[in-house]
Amino acid sequence: MKPAVKRLLFYSGLILFWGLGSHFELWHETILPSPFSVWDSLVAGFSDMTLVYDLVASFRRLFIGLVVSILIGTALGILLARSITADETIGSMVLALQSVPSIIWLPLAMMWFGLGEGAIIFVVILGGTFVMTLNVRTGIKNVNPLYIKAARTMGSNGIDLFWKVIIPASVPYLVTGARLAWAFAWRALMAGELLSAGPGLGYTLRYASDFGNMALVIGVMIIIGVVGAVVDQMIFQRIEKNVLKRWGLET
Amino acid sequence: MFIEIQQINKIYTDKDNRANTVLQDINLEIPKGQFVSILGPSGCGKSTLLAMIAGLTSASSGDIIVDEKKVMKPGKDRGMVFQEAALFPWMNVTENVVFPLRKEMNKKQAAERARHFLQMVQLSNYADHYPHELSGGMQQRVSIARSLAMDPAVLLMDEPFGALDEQTRSRLHGQLEKIWIDTQKTIVFVTHSISESIKLSDRIVVMGTRPGTVIADTTVDIPRPREEHKQQVAALEEHIMGLLKTEIDKVINEELAYEARR
Repeated sequence: MKPAVKRLLFYSGLILFWGLGSHFELWHETILPSPFSVWDSLVAGFSDMTLVYDLVASFRRLFIGLVVSILIGTALGILLARSITADETIGSMVLALQSVPSIIWLPLAMMWFGLGEGAIIFVVILGGTFVMTLNVRTGIKNVNPLYIKAARTMGSNGIDLFWKVIIPASVPYLVTGARLAWAFAWRALMAGELLSAGPGLGYTLRYASDFGNMALVIGVMIIIGVVGAVVDQMIFQRIEKNVLKRWGLET
Repeated sequence: MFIEIQQINKIYTDKDNRANTVLQDINLEIPKGQFVSILGPSGCGKSTLLAMIAGLTSASSGDIIVDEKKVMKPGKDRGMVFQEAALFPWMNVTENVVFPLRKEMNKKQAAERARHFLQMVQLSNYADHYPHELSGGMQQRVSIARSLAMDPAVLLMDEPFGALDEQTRSRLHGQLEKIWIDTQKTIVFVTHSISESIKLSDRIVVMGTRPGTVIADTTVDIPRPREEHKQQVAALEEHIMGLLKTEIDKVINEELAYEARR
């Protein structure tokens, strides 16, 4: 049986169980709404455009945050890989920062940037930057020394060697870094939106929860999960796979 | 002389702070156009010596002069082919061959030149392929084409066929011999295979180990193609085998002694 068929059967079974449980009132509608109410709330949300605005607002923040974090992360990673002093000082701080969830910066960010966009984007940037930094650093440090030797015998050195050989050779790590940066940024975004003003998926989730609209809560949770899975599998894993294949790291 | 290796010594200090002599008093003169093999057991420093000619490694003392210029750093006058093809996986075959040319000629000229040398290694049909789509032998031929394309004065080859299977190796021997005859390049070829060195070279420099020294310098005056002179080849093979036997025994005894100490 194909994986796609297995998956289809699995999800159908899950929804069927959920629907039957709701139908025979194994649990109360206010605790776990039926799949039909969740579906209705999603349809309502999309037809009055509120969920569309939420998605657009969330993706806008995510996009800005992710681009900035990939740029800063790459620059910082190059610095750590090239300078031993930077690696020994800034590097240790990056490791420490990487180990904490970026949402803990929100209170400070709210003081600095107010309760709006700025604070959330700041948290998203912090979420993605350090994992990108560490991957870029590892990538540059792990470039096959043979490539460097070969390039040098072909008259390449200094800046040319760095941009034409070392950076392309570390692309697999850059792609993995970007994928992880996206995953961290997405989590940071949802956490940030839950705690701040709307619109946004996280904000709508909290808003629905405050008004006891559990059907919409579940609907938004499903959207968050689906977006996360789709972006990861359809975009990042696909790029990663192609790159690994071409770079000869996977057969 | 075209390549002069003068009184080269290489000593490095290991992690226990003991001085290890890798190469001792190496003196060699290689005339232009010669195909010379450097033959020796593993650990004799033959690859280190080649890396020094390439300018990738520095000597502890002594000089290397190629075409009247002292070797200080790597340069395009000395092309190097490594045991692994060392092609850049993010570039296709043509782009790889163009890599050393891209600064001195325009794209069209470089592509033209790349095509010429890919033809020489019989890979013009694979110009748009990526390295991961090629077999080991094909990759190595691309890397030979890449070195030749920059028109080096000397081609340095570090066990270039060591990682290939016997049949592929034998085919590439034929191709390399033809390329050498056609281009008349000076080739310094490092190998640990006696038959490979006899098959290909004009001259065999036999190195001993610990410390690495030249123990014999033999001219191979067997007419080419050498497949047709099996007896002479066998006789020379036996002669060199005799020279190397004591060296190989030395390595084995040292390894056994090391095992015993552990």
